[in-house]
Amino acid sequence: MPELTSVQSLAELRRQITARRASFKTTITICGGTGCSASGSQPVVEALRRELAGRGLQNTVLLRTTGCHGFCEQGPLMVIDPGGIFYCHVTPDDAAEIVARTVVEGQVVERLLYTDPVSGRKIRTESEIPFYKAQNRVLLSLNRLVDPTSIEDYIAIGGYAALEKVLAGMKPEEVIEQIKASGLRGRGGGGFPTGRKWESCRAAHGSPKYVVCNADEGDPGAYMDRSLLEGNPHSVLEGMIIGAYAIGASHGFIYVRREYPLAVKHARQAVEQAREYGLLGKNILGTGFSFDVEIARGGGAFVCGESTALMASLEGRPGEPRAKDVHTVEAGYRNKPTNLNNVETWANVPHIINRGAQWFAAMGTEGSKGTKIFALTGRVRNTGLVEVPMGTALRTIVFDIGGGPSNGAAIKAVQTGGPSGGCLPAEKFDLPVDFEALDQAGSMVGSGGMVVMDEHTCMVDVARYFLEFLLDESCGKCVPCRLGIDRMLEILNDITAGRGTPQQIELLEDLAQTVAQASLCGLGKTAPNPVLSTLRYFRHEYEAHIRDRKCPAGVCRALISYSIDAAKCTGCGVCAAACPSGAISGAKKQPHTIDAGKCTRCGICRSECRFNAIMVA
Amino acid sequence: MHSDRLESLLENSRGRPDRLIEVLLDVQDSEGYISEHAMRRIAQVLGVPLMNVYSAATFYKAFSLTPRGKHTCTVCMGTACHVRGAPLLLHELEGQLGVLPGMTTPDGLFTVERVNCVGACAMGPVVILDGAYRHHMTPAALRKVIRQLRKAEGQAEVKTNA
Repeated sequence: MPELTSVQSLAELRRQITARRASFKTTITICGGTGCSASGSQPVVEALRRELAGRGLQNTVLLRTTGCHGFCEQGPLMVIDPGGIFYCHVTPDDAAEIVARTVVEGQVVERLLYTDPVSGRKIRTESEIPFYKAQNRVLLSLNRLVDPTSIEDYIAIGGYAALEKVLAGMKPEEVIEQIKASGLRGRGGGGFPTGRKWESCRAAHGSPKYVVCNADEGDPGAYMDRSLLEGNPHSVLEGMIIGAYAIGASHGFIYVRREYPLAVKHARQAVEQAREYGLLGKNILGTGFSFDVEIARGGGAFVCGESTALMASLEGRPGEPRAKDVHTVEAGYRNKPTNLNNVETWANVPHIINRGAQWFAAMGTEGSKGTKIFALTGRVRNTGLVEVPMGTALRTIVFDIGGGPSNGAAIKAVQTGGPSGGCLPAEKFDLPVDFEALDQAGSMVGSGGMVVMDEHTCMVDVARYFLEFLLDESCGKCVPCRLGIDRMLEILNDITAGRGTPQQIELLEDLAQTVAQASLCGLGKTAPNPVLSTLRYFRHEYEAHIRDRKCPAGVCRALISYSIDAAKCTGCGVCAAACPSGAISGAKKQPHTIDAGKCTRCGICRSECRFNAIMVA
Repeated sequence: MHSDRLESLLENSRGRPDRLIEVLLDVQDSEGYISEHAMRRIAQVLGVPLMNVYSAATFYKAFSLTPRGKHTCTVCMGTACHVRGAPLLLHELEGQLGVLPGMTTPDGLFTVERVNCVGACAMGPVVILDGAYRHHMTPAALRKVIRQLRKAEGQAEVKTNA
């Protein structure tokens, strides 16, 4: 591929790619994201390839492995165009039938269609499925259209057109004005206005300047950045190149978690391809603008999502934050002006340039514009990635898109914002999800994790879980965070172990305040949020643990016991055979019983019982 | 570690202290751990004090200073996996193998790891066994997997649970 040396040559290349692909009459798209790969999408791809080759269809049917489509629960996912026929839970054994019936005859294989759990109706296309219908997938919809390892796929759907537009006739200040007018705010959790950040970095003294993409998505329960970088790395890269042009940066980094091996691989490939095509490096598209990007992997430290810690890590040091009296836009990487934005923020940039700031600002609420991707997970029927305009009600996300409870148990809370966020109870589900509303309710949008919790989730255990996580991830530099979280965790360990006292709740609140006020960085400042929000909305659960020595959700091991529901038990003996401590006994075909003295509450019997007869209380 | 392999990993990082984390990650991926010899050599080639190499190697979770077992079993402890029962999985593994997260069984067969989210939240709880993702895991299924691996390694099954 010859290097592109002018802005016009990119448009010409796009025409050539489209012409070359005119011979493909059908496109089979298979999701190869981390979720679908885990459910076995790769063998499906191979089976289809063999089947197509066997029938001599390899030149008329385009087989494309893409990034995450978002509906991970139903994977492996497949879409066949034209027609947009949507198949789920596809296996290699289905390949022959798919090619024979759908590709050749144009018929639908009914049994592979998605079944609406409410109406029991088979649904033919993605857009009709309730999970997708209520969404507005500006960013995520592109994942389905591109093979992330192919820059030509991205160029073919209009990729790098925003860069073309910028380099052909926009001044850096005009780009910044556009981003400011769009109202785009940082998607990593802070919510700082992106345009203002760019402006400060452009105005800062010092050179060279750097731009960094924060793909150290450490929030447990959030994976939209993985999905974007894995599924459409060029969109992130295009955003970064535009940002670098606007800011006047010559060098950039994508700092990506090593726990995301596929994202690392795709980001590396994208950078290499962009260099080959002349979209990165010296004299980009012959305009005299030079910019290059390196991939840096994180070492598995949550705190490195914090800007100053991330930059320390980039310099090859332990990721310890510093006080931010001087911002990183003034003195960041190597003490030079550095602009850090999150993956999703960068991916929004090309859309804003292409469609205009007004288009973006028309979506969302007064203070929060555009769409936001949420990772809907936990105890909800449809789990996956959800992209909706800012301001969409929590209820819409959990019930209309998420399909409500997964197993009939009532949903009682949604945890948003990861370890820095909080738990919102069911009575707050009419809140519009935007930066301001969630802050006021004691939680935050954060990076967009939404973990649904039902009556089988213990809120005290959840608070304990987050403290354990944060203690593990605290870098240890400042005392309030290092020791304060430890003391708070001690109290929660007492409460969940049945040793709690009423006075401890007061002490917990006192400690929470100190940690929040005195910690050095965001990790410590927000660490008490999960505790404070559960105390605010689920105080009765704390009281049940302390006063009644009971865990109402049946989670805290010291406070629960296992028993068998004699009415449901068929005496099949599966649980007795599986029990590692020999605690279950009973005659054949008669209800069994559990010896509480021997039971270790490991949960094996419960996971093995097919009659839902094991009770925990 | 084989010194040729180490030297080739260090090739592009001579005199580049900023490459420290990348180099340590490469060594970890290639050897499964960071040996004292590797740390000394990295310090020399990159031009970083040995203390700083040690400091980074002990700060980040990715690095281990002791060799890994033949099989690595990593339990995802992210929030979504947690509310779907990941603690039971970790407990099962600890009981089966008799080691805590970060440790390796004395026979060198298994290393147990915990990770704070691998981003496969929709499939939780997730266990990664030698790089392969196992989704919707249950304590019983995990027990079977360990039993099969043990059998393949010619070891007797352990019947007790912690």
